Amino acid sequence: MSLLSRNPEAPRSWQGELPVFSRYTLGLAGERFFREIKDNGRIMGTHCENCDRIYVPAAVFCERCLSELDEWLDVGNSGRVYTFTILHENYEGSPLDQPEIVAFIRIRDGGLIHRLGEIELDEVRFDMPVEAVFKPKDQRAGSILDIEYFRPTP
Amino acid sequence: MSDQIAVYPGTSLSEDDILEGKVLSIHDKLDGRYAWDTGIAIGQYLAGLKEGLILGAYCATCRKTVVPPRIVCEWCFRPMTRYVPLKDTGTVNTFSLCYVTWDVKRIKKPEIPAVIEIDGASPLHGILHKVGEIDPSEVHVGMRVKAVWKPPAEREGAITDIICFTKLNTEV
Amino acid sequence: MRKVAVVGAGMTKFVRRALETGKELSWQAARMALESCELTIDDIDAVCLGTAPDSFDGVHMNGEYLSDGSGAWRKPFMRSYVGGGTGVFVPIQGWYHVASGLFDIVLVVAEEKMSSYYPHAQAAFLTIFDHTTERPLKPNLLWIFALEMNRYMQTYGITKAEIAHVAVKNKRNAADHPCALLGDPNLTVEDVLNSEVLAWPVNRLDVSPVSDGAVAVVLAVEHVATRITDKPVWIEGVGWNLDTAHWTNRDLAYPRYVEFAARMAYEMAGIKEPRREIHIVEPYDPFDYKELHHLEGLLLADRGKAPQMVVDGVTQRDGDLPVCPSGGLLGVGNPIAAAGLMKIAEIFWQLRGEAGARQVPGQPKRGLAQAWGDLMQVGTVVIMGR
Repeated sequence: MSLLSRNPEAPRSWQGELPVFSRYTLGLAGERFFREIKDNGRIMGTHCENCDRIYVPAAVFCERCLSELDEWLDVGNSGRVYTFTILHENYEGSPLDQPEIVAFIRIRDGGLIHRLGEIELDEVRFDMPVEAVFKPKDQRAGSILDIEYFRPTP
Repeated sequence: MSDQIAVYPGTSLSEDDILEGKVLSIHDKLDGRYAWDTGIAIGQYLAGLKEGLILGAYCATCRKTVVPPRIVCEWCFRPMTRYVPLKDTGTVNTFSLCYVTWDVKRIKKPEIPAVIEIDGASPLHGILHKVGEIDPSEVHVGMRVKAVWKPPAEREGAITDIICFTKLNTEV
Repeated sequence: MRKVAVVGAGMTKFVRRALETGKELSWQAARMALESCELTIDDIDAVCLGTAPDSFDGVHMNGEYLSDGSGAWRKPFMRSYVGGGTGVFVPIQGWYHVASGLFDIVLVVAEEKMSSYYPHAQAAFLTIFDHTTERPLKPNLLWIFALEMNRYMQTYGITKAEIAHVAVKNKRNAADHPCALLGDPNLTVEDVLNSEVLAWPVNRLDVSPVSDGAVAVVLAVEHVATRITDKPVWIEGVGWNLDTAHWTNRDLAYPRYVEFAARMAYEMAGIKEPRREIHIVEPYDPFDYKELHHLEGLLLADRGKAPQMVVDGVTQRDGDLPVCPSGGLLGVGNPIAAAGLMKIAEIFWQLRGEAGARQVPGQPKRGLAQAWGDLMQVGTVVIMGR
């Protein structure tokens, strides 16, 4: 309850932005994980002997027991669709020209979130096997986008 | 540290390590656009600034006048009693000569941010603004200043309707 | 209230920009803290994590983002955040987790990765000013400190040279800290006064550096603590207090919110004469004058008289009241939240006689760590003793 009155002619809002620009280093694990994607076109994981789990993306520590992980392995370029969604709008709410399929692809005990491609919207199935399609090596920058999308394994 | 430990974790990088691509990095920008409601008190404050007026508010329990105005007194938690029109003159409580902008660029001519106790408000109650149109070496704590306003047609109802505060000439 | 002790601590180096992600920094500190008291993550009942503005690390909900590195997987987890005061507030949060009887062993972690803000973390501070009445003026982090420093100097007639002694003491002390970023055993008052003017009266060497780092401590209830270590360091008093967000409406020369937080802690610890009963002080020193400002707020010096203590050498490691024997933020570095917890870890090591080259002589028994944050608003205090 306010004793001070509201002035209906007063400016209602003040507009502005939060200027936050970030440059992230990828970390001890990320540095190697993304270099492998960039240079060798392969996805790596790390194995925790204590918990017998394979983390993808690779991590230097196990979140369950906090041990240091130094056992790296090539986990292959394929996985299975754990869940997916079909996007019809972009994040600002405007419609997309073409709907996009985004999925979480389970690889070992972890996985990657990525787009699905070379597939019709009504063909996506839970647990379907998919494989990564990499950009040509000279276009890779050491980022998750070095993978174009995952497509159904023939 | 446990004086028994010799090696501490943490890997230091230089700016060149990143710029030369020895280490990978990724850029991002927050897309954070806001329209903040001004509310009852600040809405009125901005409307006042458009008219060339600095507004405060009075709490009858604490018997103090604050600026900028607010609807609740943060000392006693009761509603503020009324708006109080203040003068547009004041006293410099503290100031700085700043040679660096908010995004870390050097400037030759310093900006002079200051806390200015506004005449009509209680002691030690003021606003953040800049001192200007003055030789930086003349600025001192306790100096009397007056607001320099934008011409009425250019004011929009913002704190920047006051361009800066400058020396108040007390000679008659 | 049950008695709670700090039984282990760990920290990473404080560096200008780290290769490690925030999660990895948290993990390095957490693991070191656990190893220091020979515990595993399974022994931990709950995790409290402190990290300051999300905009530095550049991840929203940063506390939860760092939780896996802090061992919080499937555990009760809580983040606290009071700006710079976080580093001394998060152990208070850990303390009441244990003192209340809810948990027996708690891991407390503080992390900051300021280098992610590009190109310079200082710009992120624009966002703590009021969006409508202050941000249009394009204020700068330096303004806050320069305005407060000027008012402090003006009110008590203190000179820049007196204040510069603090920067010299702390950066020299930091030369003995293995994790320090800016330790310098040869720094002089002239060096500080001659350094580049950023926002008069603040010079470059009056300021602590932007840093990345993480610190972790382990807290345990009395009957468990005495089994883990024969040198538990008890948390004897805690205090925290917040002043008005209308920072232009109060006295900038004296941090009364630090005084209220200190009184709360002194009362809890049963301390009647702090100047005699506190043996080591680690006040928050992001800028050199802040150490003095806080010493007065902590009632360890009369108002306006703290500079004399520094100039007289009272606050050196071998003086009557050592202040920032670690090297403080000025010397070790200032990863916002981790810096405060670094001070807690320092008192922990000092009171156990494990501070190596930084050890304060005379077997100190009681120490006080204090942090400060937000828009000059919060004081957080922890008193520890053997």
